[in-house]
Amino acid sequence: MNFFIATLLTPLLGGILLGLLRNPKRAAKLNILISATTFTFSILLALQVLGQESLTTLNGWFYLDAYNVFLVALTAFVGMTTTIFSKPYMQHELEIGRVNERRMRLYHSMYQLFQFGMLLGFTTNNIGVLWVSLELATLATVLLVSLYRTPASIAAAWKYFILCGMGIALALFGTVLVFFTSSVVLGHSNDALMWTQLFAHASELDPTVMSIAFCFLMVGYGTKVGLVPMHAWLPDAHGEGPTPVSAVLSGLLLNLALYALVRCKMLVDGSTNTDMAGHIMMGFGMVSLLVAAMSLHKQSDIKRMFSFSSIEHMALITFAFGIGTPLAAFAALLHMTVHSLIKSGIFFTVGHAAQVMGTQKMAEIRGLIYHHPGIGWGLLIGTAAIAGFPPFGVFMSEFLLFTATLESYPWLAAPLLLGLLIAMGGLFRFVQPMVYGETAEYAKSVHVNMTPVYIHFGLALLLGLSIPGFLSTWYHQAATLIVGGGA
Amino acid sequence: MSIAFSQQVINGLAALTLLISFALLAQHRMLSVLHWFAAQGILLAITAAVVAYSTGEHELYISAIMTFLLKGLLLPWMLWRAIRKLHVHREVEPLMNNGMTVVIAVGVTLFSFHIIAPIEVLSDLMTRNSMAIAMACVLLSMLMMITRKKAITQVIGFLAVENSLFFAAIGATNGMPLVVEIGIAFDVLIAALIFGLFFFHINNTFDSMEIDTMNASLIHKDDDE
Amino acid sequence: MSSIFIQILQAILMVLLAPLAAGFVATVKARLQNRRGAGVLQPWRNIRKLFTKEVVLADHASWIFRFAPYVVFTATVMAASVVPSLLLDTPLSLTADVIALVALLGLARFFLALAGMDIGTAFGGMGASREMTFSALAEPAMLMSVFVLSLSAQSTNLTTMIHHILSTPLLIQPSIAFALVAMLMIAVAETGRIPIDNPTTHLELTMIHEAMLLEYSGRHLALMEWASMVKLLLFATLIIDLFIPWGLSLEADALGIILALIFWILKLALLFIVLATLETSLAKLRMFEVPQYLGTAFVLAFLGMMIHYMLEVQL
Repeated sequence: MNFFIATLLTPLLGGILLGLLRNPKRAAKLNILISATTFTFSILLALQVLGQESLTTLNGWFYLDAYNVFLVALTAFVGMTTTIFSKPYMQHELEIGRVNERRMRLYHSMYQLFQFGMLLGFTTNNIGVLWVSLELATLATVLLVSLYRTPASIAAAWKYFILCGMGIALALFGTVLVFFTSSVVLGHSNDALMWTQLFAHASELDPTVMSIAFCFLMVGYGTKVGLVPMHAWLPDAHGEGPTPVSAVLSGLLLNLALYALVRCKMLVDGSTNTDMAGHIMMGFGMVSLLVAAMSLHKQSDIKRMFSFSSIEHMALITFAFGIGTPLAAFAALLHMTVHSLIKSGIFFTVGHAAQVMGTQKMAEIRGLIYHHPGIGWGLLIGTAAIAGFPPFGVFMSEFLLFTATLESYPWLAAPLLLGLLIAMGGLFRFVQPMVYGETAEYAKSVHVNMTPVYIHFGLALLLGLSIPGFLSTWYHQAATLIVGGGA
Repeated sequence: MSIAFSQQVINGLAALTLLISFALLAQHRMLSVLHWFAAQGILLAITAAVVAYSTGEHELYISAIMTFLLKGLLLPWMLWRAIRKLHVHREVEPLMNNGMTVVIAVGVTLFSFHIIAPIEVLSDLMTRNSMAIAMACVLLSMLMMITRKKAITQVIGFLAVENSLFFAAIGATNGMPLVVEIGIAFDVLIAALIFGLFFFHINNTFDSMEIDTMNASLIHKDDDE
Repeated sequence: MSSIFIQILQAILMVLLAPLAAGFVATVKARLQNRRGAGVLQPWRNIRKLFTKEVVLADHASWIFRFAPYVVFTATVMAASVVPSLLLDTPLSLTADVIALVALLGLARFFLALAGMDIGTAFGGMGASREMTFSALAEPAMLMSVFVLSLSAQSTNLTTMIHHILSTPLLIQPSIAFALVAMLMIAVAETGRIPIDNPTTHLELTMIHEAMLLEYSGRHLALMEWASMVKLLLFATLIIDLFIPWGLSLEADALGIILALIFWILKLALLFIVLATLETSLAKLRMFEVPQYLGTAFVLAFLGMMIHYMLEVQL
């Protein structure tokens, strides 16, 4: 219980502290320290929860089970490595004058507040607070995306703000509808928004209301997940924000939105006893997969290209949760983990590549492997990993997902495979010339820290080769929990 | 107040809320949009107070006061100040396809009624009739956000969505739990502050509050798609 | 007193009072604008004078042109005579259906527009086209607004509707407020008052109704003018009937009728004073803003209907 409070409070207090600290160099170090502390606490918390299956604390306001505690640990981990990456990266941005010291302060402070929003969202038991924390994380990232104050970044942040504001409003309406039916069953009190209570009484909730509510929640949280056709904000926000922000947006924020969606799906399944919610998620997932895979081919900006890859993978996870068999849920959870690791690793690499070449245009990034072998290899390995090459974890999870699809919906296996292949083609089409290609002469020498990248890829490789026993039990627990339903 | 009478009063307020949502959609002068928005906030506060009085839910009084201060006074004042500082208070926003917008708006209202009518009966609250109106208001405010081309009116649309959601919460459930309500109000306040910050950045960077000008800076990316 | 007699009395009163009503509006307007005005009886004097004047016809005026004033006048008077102003249940009350009413007014409008085009002058055609454009928007709005009321009465018959309104307890019904506002807006447009049209000018850019009458003279003009005055009174009575019917006599006895007459005239006076005030304070809309105005009225009426379903029908 104390670990839990510590996990939650560290980023909040850290954010306030960083808001007061003027020296950017010291702030960057402190930022790493805070994130490392959060991560340590989250590991301790995870061990504690793992021992007792689930944990409800602070009068039932917070709830931890196998499903979210692993996401908490993942969030804290990626949050920590991102701060390690961001120290030299943002230092360089400061030196070339893209940001000034005041904005560095804003950056560090907002980064920690974003972490706080994320952790609060993952751990809260109240679906109203879940909404509030998602909104909080969004607001923090809006400021981060517009950090460079260039016309494009302001326009991107605005688009992000307006579209997500609209989406999240729909999600709130869905939440109101859930409360509408649950307050009949559980009384007009906080209980009627508590996820554990709702889950326990899911079968008593009115199926019609829950179905309507799910449509709103799906579109609302789906906007944040970046599902087609509500994805317009995502490439812009990823492309124009600082790279550490793109990394956490892709690796973490999308996860939180998807987490919220899956929590809601569990309630709806318990109430309606049909596959309605699953089918909607599968539909959105499949369409998003195909659209993202095709759009990937038409990009010219490297960060935008990889953001479409994020949409593609989020679509895969949504699709997998939609199928709703234990195997699919297992695949989805594994995919969530490896995607977070690899995609943030790729963004780190891409960030360095963009700094080295002084541009984000893929046509002008050439021959990385010759003049910066570290970055070149990083990009190559990362792309291979995200495209689903064995022996990386993505291969493993995609293989499981494919198997699960064949089991339940064989006729969907073909479009699934097609989407994956199109996306893979797109990735290599662009990455190959960037890595090999002719050496460009304008490459700059930049202080590069590839350690976090290799840690991420190493972990993803490890997950591909063999999933550690504790993690596999963990996934199994979570998968049965998600699939089990309330019925 | 007798139950029947307060129900009638609430119905009247609900009807006015719907009217304001339509009015917001049809206004094209910056200041009149703002006035309608402020009216919506005050109307909401009154509705919350009436519901609080007639149901005896004391938490709702707090919501009502919060709404009045935040959505009736503070936010309109902040927007008014922004409008004054940016010298756009005389600006007129041409409404694209007004007829089409109204047709869509009417359709949206019908749609909301169609969706909500069957589930209204599940509730025994006296405010339940206003649920369909609340949903219509949410969708209408979103329509306003989509059809507007200026940053400030888009924001008013965003805040109107929040207002309608609050109204929905009152109508469907006599208000969300206070903690959630405060959380939402806090988020809205932060959002408004960020919006305020953005107005000036947008104005400095683009010399205009037109969304199209802004998106033009993203177009070199979009034409690749 | 037999109800047939009252029915006839009603119709005659409608026709005879119409010029007085127009005169009353003009006088109130004049007073509001610090003028003395020509007096309440001036429209009567105009009509009397026009009847004695010679009719000047254009060379290529066809029979339609000569025929139209009679059709327009008759149709309008027919419409007026079915609207209950004193007694609720009259022999004609079965025919007092709102849709029939709109149809009768539509017939009058049709001939008015035909006559406007018949001569072939530019103004006549222009007026006719404007009139038809606007009426295409105004008529559905008017029907929609009436339907809001007929929904709760479950009938489009005026008498039944009024009975329903009189028998239900007084409630706050937002839908009716919407319908009332829409109806007032439509009435202003239909009777050609400011801000849609101005009955007192012949300004070529803006006139609608007057443009169609430009070629008329003598008794034809008198009938046309008279018909439009009757229409004004008709709409006023219709609004009174639908929204503030209290005071209408339910029994055909002398006392009730006299009381009803007093109530009717008081309510009319009130309504006309409001109209005059509005006309004085508003500027005329530009022509292309009129569809928007009528659209607003339609949307209001529609909202009234939606609100009726959403709030007032218990599922």
